[in-house]
Amino acid sequence: MDEKKKQKVSGEIQRWFVPGLKAGIPIGMGYFAVAFTLGIAARKAGMNVFQAGFMSATMLASAGQFAGINALASGAGYVEMIVAEIVVNLRYLLMSGALSQKVMGDKPFFHRFLMAYGVTDEIFAVSMGVEGRLHPWYMYGAIVTAMPGWVLGTVMGALLGMILPSRAMSAMSVALYGMFLAIVIPPSKKSPVIAGVVLVSMAVSTIFAMAPVLNRISSGFQIILLTILVAGAAAILFPVKEEREEA
Amino acid sequence: MDSYMNGGLLVMAMTIYLVRALPLALLRKEIRSPFIRSFLYYVPYVSLSVMTFPAILSATTSFWSGLAGFAAGVVLAWVDGNLFRVSIGACAAVFLVELIL
Repeated sequence: MDEKKKQKVSGEIQRWFVPGLKAGIPIGMGYFAVAFTLGIAARKAGMNVFQAGFMSATMLASAGQFAGINALASGAGYVEMIVAEIVVNLRYLLMSGALSQKVMGDKPFFHRFLMAYGVTDEIFAVSMGVEGRLHPWYMYGAIVTAMPGWVLGTVMGALLGMILPSRAMSAMSVALYGMFLAIVIPPSKKSPVIAGVVLVSMAVSTIFAMAPVLNRISSGFQIILLTILVAGAAAILFPVKEEREEA
Repeated sequence: MDSYMNGGLLVMAMTIYLVRALPLALLRKEIRSPFIRSFLYYVPYVSLSVMTFPAILSATTSFWSGLAGFAAGVVLAWVDGNLFRVSIGACAAVFLVELIL
């Protein structure tokens, strides 16, 4: 590698990979807590520690894995599993669509296949929070620190089961929600439209959680339905002005 | 039993990867439609909000500690905004309220 290229790479590490690593740390800690309960569930469904760890490393998805564990435990067929995973994870389709527009246009195509692995609610959230366009390395950084928390948490949960005091489990269970709030609230301070979108989203999802019939819709499908409805309405009522920065 | 489970794990891993990879692979060009661009712009705010509320109220052992965690999260996110501190603060609020209850 010549000097110039070396310099460019170390500059990109500084500017993108390191901040990504930092953003991934709280995600990894939140993941650990959630994955712990997942490990317990996997064990109950008859998986061994290795299978539980494998599942978390390859799927990296909370709702998707809970659905998968249920399917395996009930002896569901593979086709049923495929359909369940598509429905429960359909929101990732939207998130990947949003990311496809956020990633820097001049990066090689293969990056998109690597980035796809890390499309989770949380890693997606911090990646979209980046100012301007997204460098793939930011996402890789977040994956490197967040993913081990997920896998380790699952493995520990499968190994240790119920040893952790329930008080600690209960407290840790809001860690990820806290992070979501830290992503949607600060932009709401600056933009009344975003604040309105956040409020309406929470109100509508409350209605869907309480109202008869509507509350029977599975949570994965609810997310996708409400995202399409509310984001669609917002896009019609408040189209975003062209101000895309080329970073 | 084990081969059924291993097969299921592989099938699900591939399915979820395709769901994530297809839009990234297929939407290579910049989308010009202002509607779709605006829609994708709002997607994260809506999906994260929908996932957080009211689910946070039933995530903990009691409604009140969940509400405390939510309130602490909102206030901290408003005044501070740091991912890690907001997250820890919400956990701490849940823990404290459950000590009192």
